[in-house]
Amino acid sequence: MGMTIAEKILARASGRASVTAGDVVEPRVDLAMSHENAALVINQFLEIYEGTGREARVWDPAKIAIIFDHRVPAESAKTATNQKKIRDFVAAQGIGKFHDIRADQGGICHQILPESGYVLPGAVVVGTDSHTTTHGALGAFAFGIGATEMASVWALGIALNIEVPETIKVIVNGTLPELVSAKDLILHTIGRLTAEGANYKVLEFHGEAIRNMTTSGRLVLCNMAVEAGATAGIVPPDAETLRYLHDVAHVRGTITLVRPDADAVYSQTIEIDCSQLTYQIACPHTVDNVKPLSEIEGTAIDQIVIGSCTNGRADDLAVAASILSGRKIARGVRMLVFPASWRIYDEALKRGVIADLIGAGAVVMNPGCGCCLGVHQGALGDGEVALSTTNRNFLGRMGNPKAKVYLCSPAVAAASALTGRISRPPQGVKNDEHFEFPSHDNQACLEAC
Amino acid sequence: MSTSSSPRTTTRLVWKLADDISTDVIYPGRYMATVLPSETPQYAFADLAALNKALVTGEIPRGSAIVAGKNFGCGSSREQAASTLKGHDLVIIARGFARIFLQNAINLGLRTIVCPEIDGEAGDELEIFEDRVVNRTSGNSFPTVPLPRSRQAIIDAGGLIAYTKQRLMGLMGPMGPMGLMGGPTP
Ligand code: SF4
Repeated sequence: MGMTIAEKILARASGRASVTAGDVVEPRVDLAMSHENAALVINQFLEIYEGTGREARVWDPAKIAIIFDHRVPAESAKTATNQKKIRDFVAAQGIGKFHDIRADQGGICHQILPESGYVLPGAVVVGTDSHTTTHGALGAFAFGIGATEMASVWALGIALNIEVPETIKVIVNGTLPELVSAKDLILHTIGRLTAEGANYKVLEFHGEAIRNMTTSGRLVLCNMAVEAGATAGIVPPDAETLRYLHDVAHVRGTITLVRPDADAVYSQTIEIDCSQLTYQIACPHTVDNVKPLSEIEGTAIDQIVIGSCTNGRADDLAVAASILSGRKIARGVRMLVFPASWRIYDEALKRGVIADLIGAGAVVMNPGCGCCLGVHQGALGDGEVALSTTNRNFLGRMGNPKAKVYLCSPAVAAASALTGRISRPPQGVKNDEHFEFPSHDNQACLEAC
Repeated sequence: MSTSSSPRTTTRLVWKLADDISTDVIYPGRYMATVLPSETPQYAFADLAALNKALVTGEIPRGSAIVAGKNFGCGSSREQAASTLKGHDLVIIARGFARIFLQNAINLGLRTIVCPEIDGEAGDELEIFEDRVVNRTSGNSFPTVPLPRSRQAIIDAGGLIAYTKQRLMGLMGPMGPMGLMGGPTP
């Protein structure tokens, strides 16, 4: 019987010829990612070893990634102390993939992993973060786990007792209209599936629109798969995956593309014609409360946010900059921009994108999670309304249960910043979805110029 | 599975919650710098002020039940959402749970019961059986769904730390005592 991508990856990682949905397996882990919550993982890890008479050593320090992103630079003594504890642990255990608060290596974990070449097609990736689903964009089986489960992975190198999930096949046909983006597509999909519609399942994305989408867009789709409850989102890796891994992530050597069998068994198939898709907005306070922009056009906004592991990439900043270039954001509105990594920030600086944003009145913050989860910068006041390119709008998400958060694409966020109300983007805006990092030649050219 | 006649637990329903209660509601992100399980209970449902107060003042006795709708614990993977409830020794009976939350709850030994039709009001007395929850006050009985079978060995060991310890020491094979379901850890 044919296998889905998830089944193929889990079969390989658990040393079996084949597995089917429902089997219980213990896959070897290729990459184990944590952020500041590594402080709790360390605590649980040491507890596992207590009384065993064994020295507490992680199974493979080269396969552990720790990225500081949720509260950078530290907002409190408590966070700073947690970060210090993690730094000490990283040094003592020799953990290799550590990204500290530095402009030459930092950023949000779900951007650092792909851009650093840590994620390869066919890999099993676990992360103590629900948006670990993001990495399925490169054809990995990537899912979120809790801190104690991560401590167990650090000790054993395997994920214990994992049930092979069923897969929903999402086929996206057609071509996205101009400025309608991957974000609109995934919001629409979540609205259809509901917040628990893919609970315990994998979303495997297929179709013409996915094949034509850059990795940046695929990262958006897989990032938000978890908002429909999915264990993982996966895009079958292809030529675009190889291009990204080679040109952007600078991965060298042979890469094996794990693709689904033609006769793989899916629990459900959903077809979407994206040629008809319009701008989508997730309204407070659930991500599946999705409406077309036209239904809530004109809603007044206090704070616009562009950034996060969903939409803080170079092409997202670029489309916002082309809408804002030479213009001013509306009076009474504040706009915060959080690039997803320092590498993106640097590139956006070089290309004049940051100058356009600043010129319009946007406050460009340091890369990191920023106000996405309401702990650090950019909290909302009582009764205020935010329009954000992040991925969650739950009650209290931006630090205030008396505020409201709407979710949208970068183009809609930028257009709305100009009016102070939820607005549709103007036509004829230059949208360079291939804007990401220079390849080596471009770099040389930039330097030569 | 045999239908058992004596309840495992008798408890009181103290609070009723809607569908899609996210981990941001259970344990707001701004308290995430507090990581140690022993320190998290003070922030349980911090943004639902009345519920938080009733929990931290002890007005809600330990062992009480919270009844919730579908998709309880959706959102972030933060384990504090499970440890904060475990700290009050609550029983969570929900119509459904989000995957990572349920996994965290099992890993930490927080009592969770999947009961797709559960209904009741605050103050109702509940009896929890192996395969159903009986609302003594309304007289209704609601079937429960077993927890994922893949997690049974972890539940039996009393949580994931204890289970991993056993696996580390080679005392357990996958899914149970060695020899029952296969050999030692790969
Ligand atoms: S940007 Fe937001 S959603 Fe993404 S990892 Fe950070 S806190 Fe989580």
